[in-house]
Amino acid sequence: MAKLELKYGNHACAEAAILAGCRFYAGYPITPSSEIAERMAELLPRHGGAFIQMEDEIASMAAIVGASFAGAKAMTATSGPGFSLKQENLGYAFMVEAPCVVVNVQRGGPSTGLPTQIGQQEIMQSLWGTHGDKLIPVFYPGNVQEIMEETIRAFNWAERLRTPVVLLLDEVLGHMRETVDMEQFTPDKVEIWNRKMPEVPPEEYLPYKPGEDDVPAIAPYGTPGYRGHATGLHHDYTGFPTTNPEMCEELIERLIRKVKRNQPEMEKNEEYKLDDAEVAIVAFGTTARAAKTAVDMAREKGIKAGLLRVVTIWPSPEETLNKLAKHVNAILVPELNMGQYVLEVERCAKGEAPVYRLNRANGKVIYPAEILSKLEEIVKARV
Amino acid sequence: MNVPFEKVLEKKESYFKYLRLDKLPTIWCPGCGIGQALKATCMALYDLGIDNDQVAMVSGIGCSSRTPGYFDGFTLHTTHGRALAFATGLKLFKPELTTIVFTGDGDCFAIGGNHFIHAARRNIDVTVVMINNWIYGMTHGQVSPTTPLGSQTTTTPGGNYEPNFDVAELAKAAGATYVARGTAYHVTELKKLIQDGIKHKGFSFIEVLSPCTIIYGRKNRMTFEEMYMWLKENTIPVKAWEKLPEEKRAGKLPRGVLYHDDSRPEYTEVYWNRVKQLSGGEK
Repeated sequence: MAKLELKYGNHACAEAAILAGCRFYAGYPITPSSEIAERMAELLPRHGGAFIQMEDEIASMAAIVGASFAGAKAMTATSGPGFSLKQENLGYAFMVEAPCVVVNVQRGGPSTGLPTQIGQQEIMQSLWGTHGDKLIPVFYPGNVQEIMEETIRAFNWAERLRTPVVLLLDEVLGHMRETVDMEQFTPDKVEIWNRKMPEVPPEEYLPYKPGEDDVPAIAPYGTPGYRGHATGLHHDYTGFPTTNPEMCEELIERLIRKVKRNQPEMEKNEEYKLDDAEVAIVAFGTTARAAKTAVDMAREKGIKAGLLRVVTIWPSPEETLNKLAKHVNAILVPELNMGQYVLEVERCAKGEAPVYRLNRANGKVIYPAEILSKLEEIVKARV
Repeated sequence: MNVPFEKVLEKKESYFKYLRLDKLPTIWCPGCGIGQALKATCMALYDLGIDNDQVAMVSGIGCSSRTPGYFDGFTLHTTHGRALAFATGLKLFKPELTTIVFTGDGDCFAIGGNHFIHAARRNIDVTVVMINNWIYGMTHGQVSPTTPLGSQTTTTPGGNYEPNFDVAELAKAAGATYVARGTAYHVTELKKLIQDGIKHKGFSFIEVLSPCTIIYGRKNRMTFEEMYMWLKENTIPVKAWEKLPEEKRAGKLPRGVLYHDDSRPEYTEVYWNRVKQLSGGEK
């Protein structure tokens, strides 16, 4: 039995976070993400959790890492300028392996940009924004139902891998009302993963000694006997700083490997009419909605188009993209930026098919008709 | 009187249980006062009967922020200036943990100034031990928000021309409900000040005047002895200070509990009481 509810994108994100077990939220007001904070401020006290509006974006990111160390499933939400401010502490969360979820409801940039309008300009920043190397999972849903699914999935992977996870939304998704089937979100149907706990007695406890899955079992702060140290400096198994090159190399390689090795399980795409497609669109978020319509419009005109909608944008679906390039004559990457994910698609295509771009960063969406005419242009050029 | 390090460890003082002895000796320079502040904190915890498993210590970046590495509790060495923001998250989610923040004048009042005033405003039950050594020590001697006028630093050749903060007044104005000043010279007194700060339910701020002998001292041509003697001679117990005529106060600082207010509600208590009303209180 379907249990249909009309839901606002940002509220869906907050409600799914509660379902996923989120019990700590720290945030700072910013358009177009503020409704996530507002809904969390209502929900968390009722679910025995903590909500705090911090003094700035940097502090919000810091507070969720502090709470995560105390054992909380923790989240913050922001948009462009706030996401920039959070980068240092996002890197810290990666380094100290603090599970947490950072939502970025993308608006137009750079700088203050277009606060009330859509953008997809943090595709690269979500991966490379903080200084130093890192690899973190980045999920980008495409509708309100999926905002709920992906919020829960973000918490699950954050906990399982002890890593920050970035959930990208965009202004249109955040501010969209859509029907959600709540049947799959009844508590007995939602799959929840929790972080692992140390299995050794306190005297053998080394907080940063990884298991075979490359993930360490760090006890929540306050667990009797399991005291530990965490630092953003390179550190050894005790968590204490080290400059020993072997230790440092082991650490940075493991931090990246623990995410990378799970790419196949983390990969999530939607394939639409790709089976016989001659030209493929690769898109995500709101732009993928227009792309889907464009595929239907193109087929009516006799163009065999298809869509690969990427949901787990990082780590990227390298093999899937490479196979796709081998299978089609051309790829089009429409995105609301000056050309970001197209670079990754080009890299993965390895020259197997030409990759075309359709870019816009003026606060307006890309319409299906515009994608269609680009498809027509591509097909014409290739005949 | 150079006591070999091994001999110090042999003494097995009561407060040693709070130290990660295997991580000693510390990275601090000879004559630095941070070790005294750590010792005073450990002694205070011992006298209060607070177990290691009940203490979280959070810090940012700088010499003083290396303290948690040597403290055997739940310790978090975070990013520059942000210790109080991390500590706020930790304390709010686990109010049962005694939460101590170790910070310095640059970490707390330059890059971390905003977090400081807001943590004080909320009156969250965190004890801040702020090592004031008047300079950025770890980066080798740049001017800080507490550097005295005229002092030599690497970024004020010819002497500091920027006015400095009176950090105790700043803490009070921002809403801290326990404000004290101690020094690395008066360790027993410092222990009492930190002890009362930990006991106080609310935001406690303890400024610790602590010589940076190697960086500040060398640049300002003061020896180790001169710096400690300066603390002895120019800080005055607060009771005596109150009786001191205005003209005799110049160049001197009061020492002791400068402000204490038990009437204001503590942040986490206020928050969790609201939760209890709404949800029955379980996490």
